[in-house]
Amino acid sequence: MIRVQLPHHLRTLARVDGEVTLEVAHPVTQCSVLDALEARYPMLRGTVRDHETHKRRPLVRFFACRRDLSHDAPDTLLPEPVASGAEPFMIVGAIAGG
Amino acid sequence: MSTIRLLVGTKKGAFILTADGKRKNWKVSGPHFAGWETYHMKGSPAEPDRIYASQTSSWFGQVIQRSSDGGRTWEQPGSAPGDLVDPATGFPKGESNKFVYDTSARGRPLTTHQFYDGSQRPWEFKRVWHLEPSLDDPDTAWAGVEDAALFRTTDGGKSWHELAGLRGHESGPNWAPGAGGMCLHTILIDRASPDRMFTAISSAGAFRTTDRGKTWRPINRGLRSQYIPDPEAEIGHCVHRIAMHPSRPNVLFMQKHWDVMRSDDGGDSWHEISGNLPCDFGFPIEVHAHEPETIYVVPIKSDSEHYPPEGKLRVYRSRTGGNEWEALTKGLPQQDCYVNVLRDATAVDTLDPCGIYVGTTGGQVYGSANGGDSWEPIVRDLPGVLSVEVQALE
Repeated sequence: MIRVQLPHHLRTLARVDGEVTLEVAHPVTQCSVLDALEARYPMLRGTVRDHETHKRRPLVRFFACRRDLSHDAPDTLLPEPVASGAEPFMIVGAIAGG
Repeated sequence: MSTIRLLVGTKKGAFILTADGKRKNWKVSGPHFAGWETYHMKGSPAEPDRIYASQTSSWFGQVIQRSSDGGRTWEQPGSAPGDLVDPATGFPKGESNKFVYDTSARGRPLTTHQFYDGSQRPWEFKRVWHLEPSLDDPDTAWAGVEDAALFRTTDGGKSWHELAGLRGHESGPNWAPGAGGMCLHTILIDRASPDRMFTAISSAGAFRTTDRGKTWRPINRGLRSQYIPDPEAEIGHCVHRIAMHPSRPNVLFMQKHWDVMRSDDGGDSWHEISGNLPCDFGFPIEVHAHEPETIYVVPIKSDSEHYPPEGKLRVYRSRTGGNEWEALTKGLPQQDCYVNVLRDATAVDTLDPCGIYVGTTGGQVYGSANGGDSWEPIVRDLPGVLSVEVQALE
C-alpha cells in the first residue's frame, strides 16, 4: 500500500483525516500514485494537477524521503521506501501567500 | 412569515446569514469552505435550496460546490460513487472544476488575447467569478470566469462547457485585463425572453445575446472611457457591473470604472446618469425590487484610492432612474471608514419594503430593511466580503 499525505485543504475536500493509503500497481511513479489518488477521491481532480495536461499546479509540491520530487518527470520511479509503504508520498501546499 | 437568507462569499470562506422577514435578528453559519476564497454563491430561482458556490485558491485552483439543502451541506457535483463515471477507470470523472476553453469558436482557433503590455497571451482559466443559475431549471447554470469566458452546465454542475461564441466574437483577441484580471463578472437573464442575456467583462465591455449564448454582439455605444486610446471604442471599456429590473429588461443600469450609465434600448446605446454623485467611480449597482426607477450605487473615491470619499460609507439612491441622487447614511459609518464594496457585494431582496445589503472588504455586512433609509450591521468581523446574494424564502 502506498501512503499519501495530503495538505489540510485537500483532506477537507476528500473528507479524510490523516494519511490515505492506496493500492498502486508497480512500477510506482508520481503519475501512477496521482492516478490512483484521483480515482479514489474524484473530488481532488484538478486540485493537484491539471485535468488534461497533468501538469502540477505551481504552488503544489511533492516531497518524499526528505527530497523534493516536484520537478521529477511524472513517470520517474518513486523511491523504494515510498513504493514499499515505509515512507509517505507528501503532497504539500507551498508556503506562500496569506 | 418569510425567511431571508444571505449568501456571503469572502476571502476566507462562505457564510450564510438568516433572519425572518423582520430582518432584525440574524443567525450566522460558517465558515463553509474555510480558508478558501468564495467568489460567489447563488441559489436557483427554480429550487431555492439548490445553491451553487465558486470556491477557489491560488494553491489548489477551482472547486465548484453545490448544496441541495440551502447551504447546510455541500458536495462537489459528479464526485459521488457511480456519478459521471469514466469508462476507462470505472470511477467518477470529477469534472465539476474542469473549465476547458473551446478553441474552435467560429470555426477557427481562438487562443490569445491582448495582455497588459500589448502582447498576445494565451487564454488561461483562473477562477469562476460569478454563477448564474437558470430561471427555470435547477440543473442549468452559467459561470462567468477569468480569463473572460462564459461556461454553462446542464447537469447540475457536474460538467461545464464553454459558450464559445462570446469569446469567439471578432473582437476577442483585443480584449485585455483590468487591474483585477480579465473577468466575466456579470450575467443577466431577461425573464421575459430567456434567450436574451447580457454579460459584462472587465475590461472589454458589455455584450448581448438573443440566441441563448450562441452568438454575441458588443453593446457599448455611448460609453466614454478616457483610459483607452479611443475613448469611444467599441471594445475596451471597464464595465464594473450591470443591473436590470426584471419587469423592464430594456432598461439597463451600469456602473463603469468611472461613470454611472443607463440604457433604455437593451444596451444599443447608453447615456450618463452620474448627476450629482460626489464621485462616479464604484463597483456595484442595484435596482430596487419593486421600483424600477430606484437604483443604488456606492461611490468610491477613485481607481487609485479604493475607499469611500471622505472616509464616509454612503450608499446613494436615485428614485428618478439616475442623475438625482441622495446619500443614505443612517447607520452606516460616517467617519474613518476606508473599506471598499466590490461589484458582486450588494443585493436587494423582494420583500416589501425592499431590503438592501452591502458587504465590505472590511468584513462588514450592512442591511437595510426599508429600502436604504436606515442601516444596521448584520456582521462586523468577517473576512473581506467578495459577494453577497439574497434569497427571500416563503
